[in-house]
Order: sequence, then structure tokens, then C-alpha cells
Amino acid sequence: MTSENPTQTTATTRVKRGLADMLKGGVIMDVVTPEQARIAEDAGAVAVMALERVPADIRAQGGVARMSDPDLIDAIRAEVSIPVMAKARIGHFVEAQVLGALEVDFIDESEVLSPADYINHINKWDFDVPFVCGATNLGEALRRITEGAAMIRSKGEAGTGDVSEATKHIRTIKSQIRALSALNEDELYVAAKDLQAPFDLVVEVARTGTLPVVLFTAGGVATPADAAMMMQLGADGVFVGSGIFKSGNPEARAAAVVKATAAFNDPAVIAQASRGLGEAMVGINVSDLAAPHRLAERGW
Amino acid sequence: MTARVGVLALQGGVSEHLEALGRVGAETVPVRTPADLIGLDGIVLPGGESSVLDKLMRLFEVRDPLIALLRAGLPAYGTCAGLILLADTVLDAAPGQQSLGGLPVTVRRNAFGSQAHSFDTTLEFSGIDHLVAATFIRAPLIVAVSPGTEVVATLDDGSIVAARHGNLLGTSFHPELTGDDSVHRYFLEMVLAAKNG
Repeated sequence: MTSENPTQTTATTRVKRGLADMLKGGVIMDVVTPEQARIAEDAGAVAVMALERVPADIRAQGGVARMSDPDLIDAIRAEVSIPVMAKARIGHFVEAQVLGALEVDFIDESEVLSPADYINHINKWDFDVPFVCGATNLGEALRRITEGAAMIRSKGEAGTGDVSEATKHIRTIKSQIRALSALNEDELYVAAKDLQAPFDLVVEVARTGTLPVVLFTAGGVATPADAAMMMQLGADGVFVGSGIFKSGNPEARAAAVVKATAAFNDPAVIAQASRGLGEAMVGINVSDLAAPHRLAERGW
Repeated sequence: MTARVGVLALQGGVSEHLEALGRVGAETVPVRTPADLIGLDGIVLPGGESSVLDKLMRLFEVRDPLIALLRAGLPAYGTCAGLILLADTVLDAAPGQQSLGGLPVTVRRNAFGSQAHSFDTTLEFSGIDHLVAATFIRAPLIVAVSPGTEVVATLDDGSIVAARHGNLLGTSFHPELTGDDSVHRYFLEMVLAAKNG
């Protein structure tokens, strides 16, 4: 875990969580080609997620979704100077080892891919590269942090263009944190039991009123107003998956989402950013999805 | 006697600087619009993505008034991406990326490579009487300095990681992530000296 220079220590918790801190206020965009990565960087993305298929296509095409081809990840990395993230299947620690060997900047242990382990997530402390993981509630977020996640994203329902699940998950996490802050110390033991999360971490969240890592939102964000709403609900930043490159004018939409995320409290700016974007992604209502097709239910 | 110090709050590690400056006794102001720049005694340019900060400063029309203030002598401290914004010359910039300039140094973006090479260390900092905790995250390096620029800190191999010229200070690293507020105290003293100058 240490570099060649004995006075310099790599892969510390501070170094891992610190990269997530530097992404705050930004938009992380799913891209499937170097050309899309170029559009994302030019539009002001703080990072890109290198994928073979965006979630909407994974949904449409079905089959097992796995880690991306290393050649694709390398090609995207060669194109941009911003951080490059890539996804590993839940519990697939060897895909994560491969992504570590490729030196991606962040690994997303993601429910968007087909899970490789229905019981265990990856032990993320074993890795030098930081991890981001999805969560639908506070207990899930704290379990992922316990396993070593350096960043959390609320899950939403990827590939739908329907923001309702993202709203539910960020509201749930934020309101559970507020509820924890209101408890007295005697009550935190039962709170930890109910959350199925370690007591020390529950105490830390209750005292600070915040997660110890950055909290982004993901899953169904398709418009500048969606992104700004997530920020007003307390997200530190936004992942946009299918919403940009499944829309009519990706360049304009990407720039508009970046602008609305930065100026999330200014309706006039959001209004202006919402003009002239062409068609948004068509989308699927989450309520029309049969339960087995709901990705947010993957992860435990 | 205190000073009003802004933190550019468009993207990046903003809250950490606001907290550190607050702890050393500055009055702090998040800067999102040109109006927020009025009445500042100093400004911190935080870490984040320098290419994104450049775009957002243009988009929100902060860039030109900030350049004017820097040229007029407003004290400024840039960390990581903020150092890149202050540098006169940037190597490996994103397409179209420009700095604000003012600090007569040349910096190289992402000089250490990917996140796997990010690290924690401690280093000597000229003007601070103890080893300063420093976190480097996909950090830039100062690869050249013009005459009259003080090299304030280096790594063991001699790489320049902090430089000062007049009222402008830049560090490759993030002291705001470490809990060691000494660099913020050093900058606040710069700000107060300029204010009382």
C-alpha cells in the first residue's frame, strides 16, 4: 500500500475520499466511446464512467452485463484529462483487480451490471483505487462505507430517465441522517441494529450530521432540472448515465446539466439551461418495470 | 482584526476551505457570482477539476472581474486545481483551457498520473515552523518558476510543490483535507499584511 518513497503513502483513506471531495458540485457522465468522452469533457464533466453500454441499452438488450473491455477503457482514458471511472460487478473482486491494474481513477461496484455475488460485496479496503457504491438507504450506505467505499451514490433506477427513484433514495438517506442526529446516545445502539450498520459509524453520522464520504445521486437524471433538484435535496453531485447520450442533442444537454448542477439554487439559470436542448431520452416509468428488472434492488 | 476571504464555490473541495479559514479566524464568503467578489480581502481557489472551474468561471461571468482583482493585487491562494488557475503557463491543459494567471510559474496537470499515485506526506514549508501535512490528489507539479518567485515547499526529490510571488500563493497539495491549518494561517497573515499594507 506504500509507494517507493517511504515518506509518501498512497491509497490512504484520506487520499481515496479526497478524490471524491474534489468531484463535488460536478457531473459524472457515462460514455461508451472516446468521442463521447471528448463531448463530456468539453461540456464540463468532472469525470467520465467508461462503459460498453449505457444502462438504457443494458436494459433493452438484456443478457449478462460485465466489466468493460480494457481496450475501451484505455481508449477513453487516452482521450480525456479528467478522472476515468469504470464499473465492476457487485462482488466481482477480480474485475476490480483488473480495473485496478488498468489504473482507472475510481471503481464503481455497480448494480447496473449483473451481480457476481448475491451475498458479499467486494472488500474494498484491499484496493489502492477508491470505490463508489450505490445505496438506497442509510444502512446500505454505511455497510458499503464499512467495506471501504470512498464515495456513495444514491442508486435511483438506472436507464429509465425516470427520476422518481433517485428522489426517493436521496430523500431517504438524508432524512435517515437527520433522524439519527435527533437521537440521544442511549438510542444509537438500537439505531445501529435497525440500520444493520456498525455502531461506531452510526455514532459518527449522528454527531456530524453527514456521511463521512461524499454522496452523489444517480439513476434516472435526464434534464437540467432533474440534476438541480438532486442538488437541492442535498446531493454533493450528480451521475448522468443514459440521459445525455440517449437524448437528441448530447453536446447541448451535457453542458446544460453541468450548468444547472453548479447553479442549482438559481431557477433563472436552470430555466435558461433548459432551453433548446431537443428531445430528452424517451424513458421508461419505473412503475411499469417488473420487479426483476429493477436494478436498485440489487445490492444488500 | 480579521479579514474577509472568499472561496471560489463553483465546483470542488469548497467546504473544507471554508471550514479551515473559519478555524484560523477569517470571515468567509462562498463566491459564485461577480457580486460575491465585492469587498474581499483575499480569495482561495480550491481543488476540483481545473478545466471545469475554468468553464464555470466563464459561464457565471466571474473570470474577468477576478482577473482584474488579481492584477490589482488581491491576495489569492490556489490549491491543486486552484494552483493551475493561478499559474501563468499550464502544460497538458484540456482543449481550450486557460488559466487566470498572475503566478509566474509553469505547472503540469496530473503530473503524477492516475489516482493510484496520489499520496499523503509531510513536508517543510518555508515560513511554517513544523512539518506540514500534505495530501496530493492527481496533483499538478510546478516545473518552472520565474525569477522573483519564492519556492516555498518541495518534495524530497526536489520537485516544487508550493510557490509564492507577491500576494499569490499556490500549492500542488491539499492542506484543507488534513486538519493541519498552518498553511491557511500563513495565507491569512498574507491577506492581513496586504490589507494593512
